[in-house]
Amino acid sequence: MAAKNIDIILKVWRQKNTNAKGKIETYELSEVSTDSSFLEMLDQLNEKLIGEKETPITFDHDCREGICGSCSLYIDGRAHGPQTGNTTCQLHMRSFNNGDTIYIEPWRSKAFPIIKDLMVDRSAFDRIQQSGGFVSVNTSGNTLDANAIPITKDDADKSFEAATCIGCGACVASCKNSSAMLFVGAKVSQYSLLPQGQVEAKNRVQNMVRQMDKEGFGNCTNTGACEVECPKGISLENIARMNRDFLLSNISSDK
Amino acid sequence: MNVYYTYGRVKGDSKKDEQTIYVRLFYGRNKIQVKASTQLTIRKHGWNFKKGEDADVVDLAKKQIPPQDLENFKNIKQRLSDIRVHLKNEFRKLMLSREHNSFSQIQWNDWARAQLGSALFQGQKQTESTTKFLRKRENIRRIEPSSSINLDAKTPEGPIDAKWTNHKNKMKLVAPNNRPKIDVIVVGTGLAGASAAASLGEMGYNVKCFCFQDSPRRAHSIAAQGGINAAKNYQNDGDSIYRLFYDTIKGGDYRSREGNVYRLAEVSVSIIDQCVAQGVPFARDYGGLLDNRSFGGVQVRRTFYAAGQTGQQLLLGAYSALSRQIGLGRVNMYNRHEMMDVVKIDGKARGIITRNLVTGDIDRHSAHAVVICTGGYGNVYFLSTNAMGSNASAAWKIHKKGALFANPCFVQIHPTCIPVHGTNQSKLTLMSESLRNSGRIWVPKNKEDAEAIRDGKLKPTEIPEEERDYYLERRYPAFGNLVPRDVASRAAKERCDVGHGIEANDTNEGVYLDFATEIKTKGKQVAFAQGDKTPTEEKTIELGKKWVEEKYGNLFQMYQQITDENPYETPMKIYPAVHYSMGGVWVDYNLQSTIPGCFVAGEANFSDHGANRLGASALMQGLADGYFVVPFTLANYLADDIRTGSISTDSKEFVDAENEVKSQINRLMNIKGTNSVDYFHKKLGVIMWNKVGMSRNKEGLQSAIGEIQVLREAFWKDVYIPGDADEMNAELEKALRVADLMELGQLMAVDALNRNESCGGHFREEYQDEEGETLRDDVNFKYVAAWEYVDADARNSVLHKEQLKYESIKIADRNYK
Ligand SMILES: Cc1cc2nc3c(=O)[nH]c(=O)nc-3n(C[C@H](O)[C@H](O)[C@H](O)COP(=O)(O)OP(=O)(O)OC[C@H]3O[C@@H](n4cnc5c(N)ncnc54)[C@H](O)[C@@H]3O)c2cc1C
Ligand code: SF4
Ligand code: FES
Repeated sequence: MAAKNIDIILKVWRQKNTNAKGKIETYELSEVSTDSSFLEMLDQLNEKLIGEKETPITFDHDCREGICGSCSLYIDGRAHGPQTGNTTCQLHMRSFNNGDTIYIEPWRSKAFPIIKDLMVDRSAFDRIQQSGGFVSVNTSGNTLDANAIPITKDDADKSFEAATCIGCGACVASCKNSSAMLFVGAKVSQYSLLPQGQVEAKNRVQNMVRQMDKEGFGNCTNTGACEVECPKGISLENIARMNRDFLLSNISSDK
Repeated sequence: MNVYYTYGRVKGDSKKDEQTIYVRLFYGRNKIQVKASTQLTIRKHGWNFKKGEDADVVDLAKKQIPPQDLENFKNIKQRLSDIRVHLKNEFRKLMLSREHNSFSQIQWNDWARAQLGSALFQGQKQTESTTKFLRKRENIRRIEPSSSINLDAKTPEGPIDAKWTNHKNKMKLVAPNNRPKIDVIVVGTGLAGASAAASLGEMGYNVKCFCFQDSPRRAHSIAAQGGINAAKNYQNDGDSIYRLFYDTIKGGDYRSREGNVYRLAEVSVSIIDQCVAQGVPFARDYGGLLDNRSFGGVQVRRTFYAAGQTGQQLLLGAYSALSRQIGLGRVNMYNRHEMMDVVKIDGKARGIITRNLVTGDIDRHSAHAVVICTGGYGNVYFLSTNAMGSNASAAWKIHKKGALFANPCFVQIHPTCIPVHGTNQSKLTLMSESLRNSGRIWVPKNKEDAEAIRDGKLKPTEIPEEERDYYLERRYPAFGNLVPRDVASRAAKERCDVGHGIEANDTNEGVYLDFATEIKTKGKQVAFAQGDKTPTEEKTIELGKKWVEEKYGNLFQMYQQITDENPYETPMKIYPAVHYSMGGVWVDYNLQSTIPGCFVAGEANFSDHGANRLGASALMQGLADGYFVVPFTLANYLADDIRTGSISTDSKEFVDAENEVKSQINRLMNIKGTNSVDYFHKKLGVIMWNKVGMSRNKEGLQSAIGEIQVLREAFWKDVYIPGDADEMNAELEKALRVADLMELGQLMAVDALNRNESCGGHFREEYQDEEGETLRDDVNFKYVAAWEYVDADARNSVLHKEQLKYESIKIADRNYK
């Protein structure tokens, strides 16, 4: 499809630092190619702002291929914008029309404090992972041969699907309770579907859930918004699996 | 009018504790050359001065020298005696201080060079005219190698398959109770960094780990798609450690070090075991065992994968191991921190200076050793498949402090990326090499068809089979679409250069990657397997598409998102793009750079891939270095440090390094010019892509060197960085990185110009055969070109050669026909 140029109006959240008060600023941007990605459009705006000796807009991004999980924009009231199944960096301007007004905000959640403008602090996710998101195997390489334990293709595929979570936090941002259950559920499921993850399964789910609560994420009330907005299509099944594991571990845990 | 100077160590001077430097000043015009020189020898216990030969070099009277030249020559002589006095004083001071007793060879050189620099440029009693011409950078032309650096690869003795085991048996160890007394810094959390930090933490060292992203899990390794090699031979197609070793050396066009590559192949086997034990969900077959695919340049299936997201799964595995150590308090993780410089004390790497990207704070961190795992430098081209933040700064900073930089011109251009579409484009997207397992690459046979396609008058699906040129299958029947990357890339360029390109962008650069054949073949197979021996055409295609979707679904989706075209229906458009840097910091067998205590792992070092890397081997190398090599070789080094005690960050070296960093930042912030960082970065990218890209020639390289020089000067005069240094400032981060890329880019051109041969990814137009294949020169260039930093102008960098020896492999032409 041939590219064309469009003019748009942007309403962007600006906030100097964590403690400052933020507000929405309005910018007009013309000659945006519909072939540009959303972030390239922001680059274009930033170049314009720099040219006018204004402060450019800060936002997280790195790979720009939908895999690192850095980008995290709340666009027109939706995490990662109007399309499903993709990240902000994969969104292209052909999803917008000439004359559109586009609202861009950061993730909003108590557990994700704003650092500057559209950039938030998601280190809570790291701390959840540190509390149990691993198999306690040492790094010597002296383990079983990789093919010693066959794993059914079905389990391997499901585990992989859970493991494709990119840790972006869209699930939290789009949940009215700011719950991190989809993220944690995906990590717990990846391991609980594999024989290698079984040994520590009980402690893992206990520790990760405890850390999640400590970070101030909300409860899950099964609204399912997270699944809809998750760019990787992580399914609610993973939350169910985690809940099951959690209950089981409560019954049988010696803690 | 030109004044040159040269200096270096006098040839034939072999005594270890003795350094002789000479200074020669040349002045020349109209074929008249005059020169004057002085020579100084320093010993650890005294020094020696020779007056030099300036008096009798040229008999001025015999030449008809214009009076003004005569005047200049007098100035030179005057200048030389100033220099001599300056140096003499400095030597005396040094000798009296006794500091020099701990100097290494490299430090002697550094010292001499620094003194010489200040003597040349800041000498006190300068006359007007001498200052003028000597200050001019362009006037400095050549510096002869200071052969004091001894490039010792330290490859262990013994047969190739016993080297690593023997070495491991002999290396020194650090006892578990001593490890907590030792601090190690790991910069980077990609496959190399995360695995190294996790392993070292687990062994019991105090580890500090750094990355610039907001989480270690976002390092660029996450983006790797296709897979990871390992010589497991699960598919029983004749694979072995030797064959992986051989393929890697051959793929690298015989420009890598045998010992290192063999070790890589050897430990590859453990990597897969390790990852599976960590819960990495690799793809499996219906029997529950691990599945494999094939990659370019090989004839076996040894590539393990997890759909098109292998890097993600491997990195998340390493990240989980790292997270475990962070949780246990054995690794301190510093997210959003960028390394700004390395700190050397007594010649050894003893710490780093970082910038906290959120607050702008500049901090000092000390350690007994530093491991740099900061990835590659593809972003010197602006457009590449690397992440936006990927940079060369950490590697470049250690280079400036004494680590040699090896084979900078060896860069991999990946054949299958989505073509460039517009001027605001910020990066290029890779379509995994695994697609070449199923896709066939072609362009229209007729230029008119190509033109009609570009004009939108013809669709690729309308071009009949016999009007298509499957040029890889035609030129390389044995490997077909799976030739190595450099070969496939050049072949695409060759077709587009002669007018067969199909993309309607500025350069018409693009070729097709077509899945129609595979969809039909696989659809038929699936139908047969389901018991339908006479499937209809629609049924076959439907089943075939399903098969393709299962294998490559996420890649197809990614392609569609970017291009708005459906690759199940119409062939993908692809074109080569910068992807990987084989060059990097020179390291020995232990992965130690020429700075003692500074180790380099992963893509940041130069070690394993020669002039071209085979697909799926970078992930292998990252994890091999991090899990299985560095932890051992580092212990060998640290064994001497168990009594050192913790290292203070109050020393002069730390203070100086911090001040240097701060002043560089201030300098940048205060330029307050008119153009953005991206403006300069894009310009650099264009020069690099056009002249130091897929094919290079002498004139182009020479002009690139000059253009980059001009651009760098413009950058330092005219860049504009908004905001302040003591806050989150993305433009400042970029500026600091681009400043280093400017210097590196120039060195790449210098290196490419020096290498008068074509090999792997380095294609010099002057060196090709009648069929356009590379002509390697094993007589003159079978070496690693390791460059020593002198100043920002890469033309002054000093070349050191590590000759490569092939004992286990017979060096041969690389033939994929
Ligand atoms: C799109 C793509 C696909 C690829 N696919 C494959 C594949 O299928 N198979 C394969 O084998 N290889 C593949 N590669 C190559 C491979 O991914 C990389 O070579 C490899 O992952 C590099 O790992 P690394 O650990 O050396 O560095 P990286 O993963 O790049 O990590 C660099 C780390 O250093 C940190 N860092 C950098 N600079 C600084 C600084 N100044 N201060 C602090 N921290 C810093 C970063 O934060 C990051 O943590 C691919 C590459 C790309 C770009
Ligand atoms: S579950 Fe989905 S939305 Fe949540 S962090 Fe993972 S990828 Fe992002
Ligand atoms: S920038 Fe990496 S996922 Fe968007």
